[in-house]
Amino acid sequence: MTQTGTRFPAMLANLNMLLSRYGESMMWLARYMERIENLARLLEVTEAFVRNPDGSPGWDSILQINSDEECYAAIYPLPATEENILAFYITESANPTSIRAMAHMVRENARSARPLISTEMWMQLNVFTRSMMELSTPDIRRHGLSGLCNRLKQDCQTHFGITEGTLYRDQAWLFYLLGKYLERSDQITRLIDIRYHTLLPSGETSGSQMDITQWGSVLRSAAAYHAFRRLQPVTTTPANVVGFLLKNEGFPRSLMLNLRQVDNTLSALSTHYNLRHQCSPLQERIINLRATLEDQTAEDIISRGVHEYMTYIQDQLAALQAEVSVTFWPAAPVMTREETLTPQ
Amino acid sequence: MNRPVLQSPSPASASASPASAAPKSAAGMFAAYDTPDFFCELMNRTDALPSSLQTVRDRLAGFDLAELRHRTNTAEAQLYRLGITFTVYSDREAIDRILPFDIIPRVLTAAEWDHIDRGVQQRVKALNLFLRDIYHERHVLRDGIIPADLVLNNPNYCEAMVGVRVPGDVYVHINGTDLIRDRSGRFMVLEDNARTPSGVSYVIENRHMMLRLMPDLASGMPLRSVEEYGLRLHQTLCEVAPEGVSDPQVVLFSPGIYNSAYFEHVFLAREMGVPLVEGRDLIVENHRVYMRTVAGLRPVHSIYRRLNDEFLDPLAFNPDSMLGVPGLVEAYRRGNVTLANALGTGVADDKAVYAYMPRLIRYYLGEDPILDSVQTNICAEEEGLAYTLANMDKLVIKPVGESGGYGLLIGSQATQTELDEFRAKLLEDPSNYISQPVIDLSVSPTLCPSGVEARHVDLRPFALTGHNTWVLPGGLSRVALRKGSLVVNSSQGGGSKDTWVMAR
Repeated sequence: MTQTGTRFPAMLANLNMLLSRYGESMMWLARYMERIENLARLLEVTEAFVRNPDGSPGWDSILQINSDEECYAAIYPLPATEENILAFYITESANPTSIRAMAHMVRENARSARPLISTEMWMQLNVFTRSMMELSTPDIRRHGLSGLCNRLKQDCQTHFGITEGTLYRDQAWLFYLLGKYLERSDQITRLIDIRYHTLLPSGETSGSQMDITQWGSVLRSAAAYHAFRRLQPVTTTPANVVGFLLKNEGFPRSLMLNLRQVDNTLSALSTHYNLRHQCSPLQERIINLRATLEDQTAEDIISRGVHEYMTYIQDQLAALQAEVSVTFWPAAPVMTREETLTPQ
Repeated sequence: MNRPVLQSPSPASASASPASAAPKSAAGMFAAYDTPDFFCELMNRTDALPSSLQTVRDRLAGFDLAELRHRTNTAEAQLYRLGITFTVYSDREAIDRILPFDIIPRVLTAAEWDHIDRGVQQRVKALNLFLRDIYHERHVLRDGIIPADLVLNNPNYCEAMVGVRVPGDVYVHINGTDLIRDRSGRFMVLEDNARTPSGVSYVIENRHMMLRLMPDLASGMPLRSVEEYGLRLHQTLCEVAPEGVSDPQVVLFSPGIYNSAYFEHVFLAREMGVPLVEGRDLIVENHRVYMRTVAGLRPVHSIYRRLNDEFLDPLAFNPDSMLGVPGLVEAYRRGNVTLANALGTGVADDKAVYAYMPRLIRYYLGEDPILDSVQTNICAEEEGLAYTLANMDKLVIKPVGESGGYGLLIGSQATQTELDEFRAKLLEDPSNYISQPVIDLSVSPTLCPSGVEARHVDLRPFALTGHNTWVLPGGLSRVALRKGSLVVNSSQGGGSKDTWVMAR
């Protein structure tokens, strides 16, 4: 079942068009919630499974995944310590990717889209974001990192569940989905990129067996471990894992599935809301991107360079986000011929 | 066939409802209730009580305090979750607070409501005729009914409105009339709110809260509904759309998420089913107003604006305003878009103009005012200033430009130092002040930390005017939660009550 396969309420073209600002808020609401959930997964898995050569948790890798090295160094001394990394990602207001800062962004976007979202959605977001913004270092110590991460994941999933069950299916919903699938697509490439780098020492090949624990952590942080085991009970090779995370059609966080959902969402906007003109260049970019994924095996990708391909996808997704912005919420809208007609 | 169900033991019975509670003494929780000097909305009415009011009293007497407190806590947790807050600004910071909700309703009889309804309609009619007149022919000034200086040099008088026709000659589409009751129970108008009156969302939310928390109190009571406000508001805004627009696009124009009344803006936009827009969502092209949608620009015809005149359009008013829409006022003056309320209505709800309202009602309508006003001394006038200075300790002195209870002095409660300081301010700029006698506001039983006690209340009914005027049955009952306090404003520690208008 695809969520975009829903039938949409019949409506006259030109009536009830979604305010640009609402589209933008819905998209970022979903992106930030998805990002918070992903960060919680990363923090939890890193603490439990990612180890430096000396056996301590490999916190540095999180900075690399999120391209946050510069931002971190501007606030905290190097080398990074566990305590500072956790503060940086959980309570640090000066870090725009901390839980606190993202909860603030969620709250702003939810307040802005408050006229559209359901009361149940708002109530949960209101309480969730407020408690995240009030989170202090002693709170983290008291509940433990994994307790906090579990709570974060649960609160995010509660949000996604309430949204699925209560948000009216119109353009606002589609922009929300667009944000969610774009964010997931981006997150999975970052996860693969950094883990691949750190986990595959030079000289090894894509077919060789490897440290099960380390690659297990990659799968676990994407909630993919058990699904992968069912599919690949025997051999864990880099190509298997990378192939699963990028190309699997059934895994909800795989790149393939999320790109397809982005495409479906754009199609729904295009056909149900008479936005063909706006959507077709965006769809073209996504179709091309999907083709690069379909045309290559995991082995191809590895031999041509995982990092290069992940960077390419991230750039394409960023370009798509920028195009969405320019298309649906331009800074200086231009009058089209149709709109200059005298209103009846 | 029955559906299979998961068997579980029945839950332990919840706390006993008042209906099933052991009989209490007739006074019940009102045993210690005392209203020595004031008119009580529920208890010491002189005329025979309608049976519905008697029922409310009897049912309330059957509750115990612990139960009421428990339900109040539930209400507050709910308001917190819902984020129904307003923002209080102090020097240092802005704090989100919930408006405390008192669980004991304020009840109005059908006859009382009929009186208020007619009185508010009359007043709104006079306000609209007055505004039309001063921005066109100015008969009222030539006939010497009100000093021209007071109108034309009023800071809220809007030069841009001179000679501008507005649809249906309606200026005040949404009006809030603040009413109080004196010691005898007589209703009096305290002030008109003809600019952007707020609080109507609480009227409706309070009713929802009341029905959820006190179903046993409300059950079977002939309550007038407050549900249709959103529909009526939308209809009103459609009725006053520019001529020739068959299917008007209505929007609510809000200053945005940082405004203290943003919750209410969201509430009303949702009730009307129209977009809530901010300044950046609107654009003016060829003197027409459009909103930015994902499909491009779409025309807008009626704007319910919840920001003051001076922020609406940086080209027309405050050039530094980041909230407004450049060109909006010119589009409005050309009749391409309707603003509700109109520009320049602030001159009609001015606290000094208020003093002339009884005369204005007679002048325009040839009728006596249905609702009384409070005797008002205008400090801009020599006589009024002299009287005010001589009687400071007995009067309430208000700055004419302020709202929300800021900057006023209640003489009887002020220290000598405060009186002296205020006297200096008053002498410095007398025309900025009016004074009124202290009215012994009516009280209503209110759940307080030490039990059910009398607290002062006022009432703000809301009137909508398109083709006709309609008054929402009820209104916002604000309650001063501090013992003895006469200031009910939310920014000054007030709370609110559900207001019940009996259908019979």
